[in-house]
Amino acid sequence: MKILTVDRGTSTPLLDVRNLTTKFGTMDGTVHAVNDVSFILDEGETLAIVGESGCGKTVSMLSILRMIPEPPGKVTQGQALFFDGISTRDLLSLSISKIRQVRGCEVGFIFQDPLTSLNPVLTIGQQISESLVEHKGMSDSQARKRTLELLDLVGISEGKRRYKNYPHQFSGGMRQRVMIAIAIACLPKILIADEPTTALDVTVQAQIVELVARLKEELNMAVIWITHDLGVVAGMADRVMVMYGGQVVERAIVEELYERPQHPYTIGLLGALPRADEIETRRLVSIEGSPPDLYSEPTHCQFAFRCPYAFDRCWEEIPPLLTIGKRLRVACFYDVNQGKARDVPEQ
Amino acid sequence: MTEASLPADKSSGLLIDEARGFRQKIIYLLRLLWRDKSGMIGLILFLTLIFLAVTAPWISPHDPLQQNLRASRLPPAWSEGGTWDYPLGTDNLGRDLLSRIIYGSRVSLTVGFFGVLIAASLGMVVGLIAGYTGGRVDSAITGLINLILAMPYLLFVVFIASIFGRSLINVILIFGITDSPIFARTTRGEVLRLRESGYVESAISLGASQFRIIFRHILPNLIGPLITVATFEMSAMIFYEAGLGFLNLSVPPSIPSWGNMLSAGRKYLTSSPWLLTFPGLAIMFTSLGMNLLGDWLRDVLDPRLRRVKK
Repeated sequence: MKILTVDRGTSTPLLDVRNLTTKFGTMDGTVHAVNDVSFILDEGETLAIVGESGCGKTVSMLSILRMIPEPPGKVTQGQALFFDGISTRDLLSLSISKIRQVRGCEVGFIFQDPLTSLNPVLTIGQQISESLVEHKGMSDSQARKRTLELLDLVGISEGKRRYKNYPHQFSGGMRQRVMIAIAIACLPKILIADEPTTALDVTVQAQIVELVARLKEELNMAVIWITHDLGVVAGMADRVMVMYGGQVVERAIVEELYERPQHPYTIGLLGALPRADEIETRRLVSIEGSPPDLYSEPTHCQFAFRCPYAFDRCWEEIPPLLTIGKRLRVACFYDVNQGKARDVPEQ
Repeated sequence: MTEASLPADKSSGLLIDEARGFRQKIIYLLRLLWRDKSGMIGLILFLTLIFLAVTAPWISPHDPLQQNLRASRLPPAWSEGGTWDYPLGTDNLGRDLLSRIIYGSRVSLTVGFFGVLIAASLGMVVGLIAGYTGGRVDSAITGLINLILAMPYLLFVVFIASIFGRSLINVILIFGITDSPIFARTTRGEVLRLRESGYVESAISLGASQFRIIFRHILPNLIGPLITVATFEMSAMIFYEAGLGFLNLSVPPSIPSWGNMLSAGRKYLTSSPWLLTFPGLAIMFTSLGMNLLGDWLRDVLDPRLRRVKK
């Protein structure tokens, strides 16, 4: 029997993703991009998904919204239960027209690169009001009024003038604000931000992080923040999910993760991070080796290749998410803090 | 001080998007045009052509079909034996060359405009389908496009023209159909690129329908490149129409067209060179004008290039 890898809260979570698996058929073979990923998102919380490039962060989010190009991609199993306060829907089995209503309307998406995510031939006003007209059935003048409010909300001054501007007339940070305005136009319940600060410089990054945090409070959204920047995570997330090689390796409340990381990969990540409060100088630690290729069906811990603690069992089965204290937390057979193998029953 | 809080410099009209109202936009475009002298020349040549075609009955000094055998093969007015009655001289049947050239612009423009219209609409639909659908449909359409493009163009056109006979409609249809692969290919290439672009992905993430993505997000991006191609193709069609006319395969000889004039004048090349020279110049200037205009349009239609330096 499979261990149910979902920790159930008392109330129904906003989003409950179970056993999500996504594969891509390529010329070189099948890429197992996301393997058996489960997580929950509560109302109004910020969940950070952390991991290196190619670990499946983005693909798992795109899978939930069914934005994986098919073929070559395919979501082979899993559920994404979305609870809108009244009823629960499985996003992975909705019809195309229903999922289109969810996209943009109930789940907003901010992409990594604001430079390419805006249509160069439409004014930003047109682009923001588009989903208002499409989803909310607003008239053009209503949409325009609302768009001006949105521009103000995301901190773009002189909205009336900027409304008519084209994307190339905006700086990178301003474009990302426009993207955010588009994403929140219909007041979604969930905002998925896919590395929204990667293409921006550090000061602008901070502004965007602040902006999203403020909007989250004002609009009462839940935020999924995909990033590889642990510094950003510490500042804004409530909970963190660490992914590696298409698998969830650790989940925790943000303080717990920083105080007592459980998984060797998380420990490695934190070791590679320079800290502002360090007194002694030290070399930043890097994780030896390189990310796994995802061509083979996973039968063991994907991190075993690079893990300094890996032992026989790590190569024999995939570690399930284990309970530490009261919560499911870590997928590892080795207890780094105790310095010994965990007692995990055979599956 | 951020960029956004800078006061808009209205007097200089820096950006077209800030130009309020139609008049300001026109003024802005004219300013752009003034900066690009070759574009200006192109536009003037093109407008002249349209003017000639539209006002032909009023500005032609003679009826283009009126024969006057006593005044056959008169040289242009400024050479010896010429008269200002016939400013560019007359042809072998004594018909006024200037009037015939003016009327000839109607044929060229009609063929060019409607030919491109048919080719562009057909090519765009096919290209959109191929590019957006992908897979087998795409392979089939691309194969067909390559097949048509691989045929020697003029030979193909000559073949069809000789089967279906000589009429304006036939010429337009032939050009419209045989030229559509060019548009289909351009459209397909652009669609393939745009389909993977960030803003199409973000439109999908906003729940846009396929219809909306194609018509709202992809199509407007195609207009720039396609108008450019259209201008060049229009110039090419005017060229080819003259070629067909020269081969006696275009409009019937009773209709004055530049190609027919070339064809009729060929026999007198050594004795009366003006019979060929003037229609030839008309074709050349038309083609030149359209090409210059096309270059300019390509720059202007891209919002990213729409900047006026002071």
